[in-house]
Amino acid sequence: MTKRFGDFVALEDVSVDVPSGSLTALLGPSGGGKSTLLRIIAGLEQPDSGMVEIAGSDATRLPPQRRNVGFVFQHYAAFKHMSVYGNVAFGLEIRKRPKQEIRRKVNELLELVHLEQFAHRRPSQLSGGQRQRMALARALAVEPQVLLLDEPFGALDAQVRKELRKWLRRLHDEVHVTTVFVTHDQEEAMEVADSIVVIAGGRIEQVGTPSELYERPANDFVMSFLGPVTKLGDQLVRPHDLHLRNAPDGSTLEGTVVRVLRLGFEVRVEVVIDGVDLWVQLTREQVDGLNLEPGSVVHVRPARRGREPSVVPACAIGP
Amino acid sequence: MGLGVGLATLYLSLIVLIPLTAVVWKSSDAGLSGFWRSVTNPEAWAALRLTVVASLLVAVINVVFGTLIAWVLVRDDFPGKRAVDGLIDLPFALPTIVAGLVLLALYGPQTPIGIDLAYTRTAVLVALLFVTLPFVVRTVQPVLMELDRDMEEAAASLGAGNVTIFRRVVLPNLLPAILAGTALSFARAIAEFGSTVLISGNIPFKTQVSAVQIFGQIESDNRTGAAAVATVLLIVALAVIVALDLIKRWSARRG
Amino acid sequence: MAKWGLRLAALVYLLFLLVLPVGLVFWRTFEHGLGAVWKQLTEPNARHAFEVTLKVAVLAVVLNTVFGVLLAILVVRHDFPGKRLLNAFIDLPLAVSPVVVGLALILVYGKFSTFGGWLADRGIQVIFSLPGMVMATIFVSLPLVVREVAPVLEEIGIEQEQAAWTLGAGPLQTFCRVTLPAIRWALAYGAVLTLARSLGEFGAIAVVSGRLVGKTQTLTLYVEQQFQNFNVAGAYAASFVLAFIAVVILVGVNVLRPKEGEA
Repeated sequence: MTKRFGDFVALEDVSVDVPSGSLTALLGPSGGGKSTLLRIIAGLEQPDSGMVEIAGSDATRLPPQRRNVGFVFQHYAAFKHMSVYGNVAFGLEIRKRPKQEIRRKVNELLELVHLEQFAHRRPSQLSGGQRQRMALARALAVEPQVLLLDEPFGALDAQVRKELRKWLRRLHDEVHVTTVFVTHDQEEAMEVADSIVVIAGGRIEQVGTPSELYERPANDFVMSFLGPVTKLGDQLVRPHDLHLRNAPDGSTLEGTVVRVLRLGFEVRVEVVIDGVDLWVQLTREQVDGLNLEPGSVVHVRPARRGREPSVVPACAIGP
Repeated sequence: MGLGVGLATLYLSLIVLIPLTAVVWKSSDAGLSGFWRSVTNPEAWAALRLTVVASLLVAVINVVFGTLIAWVLVRDDFPGKRAVDGLIDLPFALPTIVAGLVLLALYGPQTPIGIDLAYTRTAVLVALLFVTLPFVVRTVQPVLMELDRDMEEAAASLGAGNVTIFRRVVLPNLLPAILAGTALSFARAIAEFGSTVLISGNIPFKTQVSAVQIFGQIESDNRTGAAAVATVLLIVALAVIVALDLIKRWSARRG
Repeated sequence: MAKWGLRLAALVYLLFLLVLPVGLVFWRTFEHGLGAVWKQLTEPNARHAFEVTLKVAVLAVVLNTVFGVLLAILVVRHDFPGKRLLNAFIDLPLAVSPVVVGLALILVYGKFSTFGGWLADRGIQVIFSLPGMVMATIFVSLPLVVREVAPVLEEIGIEQEQAAWTLGAGPLQTFCRVTLPAIRWALAYGAVLTLARSLGEFGAIAVVSGRLVGKTQTLTLYVEQQFQNFNVAGAYAASFVLAFIAVVILVGVNVLRPKEGEA
């Protein structure tokens, strides 16, 4: 599908397949189109061309009310004037469920997200992390076919973010709802998702599992977005995929050590080869036995043959 | 949504737009020359002159005293300040005719403090000052409250005295709000009717403001004449609204 | 030192412009005791004037509140060609002289105009009757509800409403359960401002009502009439009622205002 906002092309010829029951991440830099894609799936935006299919039926013309998707916003979108209980119960009240059923479900969900004792508090009395858990409970209450999360942890502290990430993964393992979440944090995507869709500049760069994306990136962009990179000659390599020796061995390039940084477990060696800066990541053990004084000569070669092109680019085909 | 737009436009049109257009339309009944004659006839012209001059004077006085009062309410503290703050809104809540009566009681023939302004132009001025009091105060107050004191402290640390700080640091930041409040107070003063009716005596050529003059024309069934002067006032009102919008956008750009 | 000077200047200005005049009227009203005031207020004409005022005010407040919210939603949540113009027109009544308001309504709805005549043939009298007075009051208080509700709508943003949609709520349900509770204090504030304005309107009503004593004479018109007829006591008594209500509204409004923070 394609989506434009005035002159700005948010999505260009994008096509994504999300398997049922999976936990998929839409990963990419800000402004790349991932939130737009998510909102189109939810029905909060309309694509200029293309269609949305949910569980086999065409949902493109349906308003958000009828798509049975759960949506979690970055800034929670909590109903400020209702209690936590009221928030979670909202979707069920709209569907005119009997009071007992509502009470049962809401309490179940509040227990699931560990907010039982806050049931009668207002959202403003909760922390950010608690509010987001409430938002999740609220979205799950109506048993959606798809759960969509728009940078759900973006507004939270680093520590809370890490906790909620693990928690989301565990929740998904328990509940098994098809889940799509948007993030610009590659660590988050790699840690949580079964499969990652990398979107930048309105286009899909690659689709795959976290290790596929890391080991066999389709292009330089994906490679540098998903992990550390450095340049050896005219190729991008991973700094921890480089071998460093004091003596040449026929396939190495010669360079000079500029600086050595000891960062706990990791040792970073900044080297210059033919005027080009790069850095090598080594463990403390690898460093033992090497002469790495600034100015000493070293020889560098990739541990493997650089990056292999991925077998299937999995990029755009069709509208 | 289309229904909403339609309904809202209908509501606005029936009550505001169509009637106002009718005024402008009616004023053209006697052609351009008739229009001009209605506006420049001695009584109408005198009223317009008085109205505009008084409103300008009031605007200037309000700039000074409005800013002053806002300053005292924000930066100063004294027992009863909250009450005084609430009092500022009184001219908003009080009917204009009651305002007129109230001023007449203190500054009219029965004055207990020896100041009798009845039937004078000063009376018109006082009435207009009363009804326009809240405008500058209420536009300046929030801006003053939000103002970052850091700037003033920085200026002081650089050696600036209080007056300089006010003139070169505070005032420029208050300017859009002051201008907006002044525009509002001018617009209100030009249009004022009820508060001047009692205390000024509405003496044509001396203390009659335009709104009263228009009223007289309506009562005498000279609707065309009334519409002509009314159109002049409407043009001024429009100019003020445009000015306000420009001020708002200018201040938004300054950041 | 300068601080004292400023404070003094401000307080003296307010004293002579606001406090003394209003205080004096309160004093003079009760100069002859409570009984005299009561006598003035229970005069049939005074009572009729009060009734008329109330009728007009209630209708104006209800209509203005309903349409004010609609207009606010329109202006904040939707985009359409001419929106800026609509916005400017909403502010227009603030700058129009009340007498011009009256004139404008007479020209369109008076018996001798085309539309007014058409209405009169069907037995609907607008000018010199209640509908005209309600319209005049709505005109002058049009911006009051819109301008209170719109910023709040803007501030709470559309996400709560979108969340409600994804949970299955239709537009009306979303409005009743999510939007309305969020704007209720701004709405109340706007409604109270409209009430104050309605009670106090003079100029527009003076033109549009025909000032038929006992039928279309509001309390403000009554004040003027009593004064012109040299019944100063009657004028003061009615003024007192209006001023008292104004003060009550002021206090009430100041109490309401802090609550907006929790919306």
